[in-house]
Amino acid sequence: MTSLFDYTLGLGDDALVAAQRLGEWTSHAPEMEEDIALANIALDQLGAARLLLTYAGELEGAGRDEDALAYLRDDREFRNCLLVELPNGDFAVTMAKLFFLAAYQLPLYTALAGCGDERLAAIGAKARKESAYHLDHASLWVKRLGDGTEESHRRMQAAVEQVWPYTHELFAAAPAAPVDPATLRADFDTCVDAVLAEATLTRPADGWTPGGGRDGVHTEHLSYLLAEMQVLHRAHPGARW
Amino acid sequence: MAAVVDPEIRVITIDELGILRSVDEDPATGRVLVTITPTYTGCPAMDVIRADIRRALAAAGHPDAEIRTVHAPAWSTDWISERGRAKLAAAGIAPPAPTRAGNVVSLTLAVRCPRCGSPDTEQVSRFGSTACKALWRCRSCSEPFDHLKAL
Repeated sequence: MTSLFDYTLGLGDDALVAAQRLGEWTSHAPEMEEDIALANIALDQLGAARLLLTYAGELEGAGRDEDALAYLRDDREFRNCLLVELPNGDFAVTMAKLFFLAAYQLPLYTALAGCGDERLAAIGAKARKESAYHLDHASLWVKRLGDGTEESHRRMQAAVEQVWPYTHELFAAAPAAPVDPATLRADFDTCVDAVLAEATLTRPADGWTPGGGRDGVHTEHLSYLLAEMQVLHRAHPGARW
Repeated sequence: MAAVVDPEIRVITIDELGILRSVDEDPATGRVLVTITPTYTGCPAMDVIRADIRRALAAAGHPDAEIRTVHAPAWSTDWISERGRAKLAAAGIAPPAPTRAGNVVSLTLAVRCPRCGSPDTEQVSRFGSTACKALWRCRSCSEPFDHLKAL
């Protein structure tokens, strides 16, 4: 059974790693407006990550603040889902990842806003509104690419199939958590089915269900991401603005 | 506090934006407590706003003032005052529409061009020069303009 600290850390790490991946598009997105959009979405995710990691540090009570948690943990200590650490791939893969993440985060934050923990409820109420814009943005692209040219449709379908196995981990049951992820599945399915249908995309069959992220068992991709994210902080221990 | 403006949108104050929640003075010690709430979770202007508040209070004789950031209730564009909206429009930024309960994203209301007033406008990009703004274009006068998104 995970503690509130582990739970909050998981949510914060989801947002932190998602922000880091989205930031990788800065200066080479397909068009300038998209460059700005992805950077802004990354900023929203980072904002939520900061609030969640700060709270997690307080819950732990070991003196670790948001920076210590973000920059000084190794990959085995990260609690993010595998979905967010996957490489960006082409633009369709990035949109598939963002679409599934936002379709999960929106009902998650909405439910969190009504949970029993006051701090998490405040964070949920705040993050929920921004999440709605992320879902809207990603949905627009999934539809545009799916119901687009032959090539965009091919790439978008391939992206959905590539990322689909990683969505199951998001809803692994945790009945003792402030929000049991299993309860979010229905909203996720409703939203995803509607968008995929409009995008003329086929919902993949369920098969392989990779997991382990919530226990610190990650793909080979996370340590490279962390190396890049943490190197500057670790190179100058104790540095201050 | 009335003089502290938003560092990015310098025509509007933090009070008119609804960022400033309260200013209290401890009757015993005379220590001032300012309570603010952030707009977007990742808004990078918040640090500058905090520094500007601190500077304004120090200049007014309160160098030891406390600035507290609260996250609940969550900030909404509905908190922007009428005067604030008018100032935004005058500065060429289309003010946000009222939010609808539970659904901030729908674009059913026309956004009027802040320059010529025409409702014949279109969205160019959902995310503009800052996280809180979208980029629009007027089909009547052909000018682009920023629009503060409803949150």
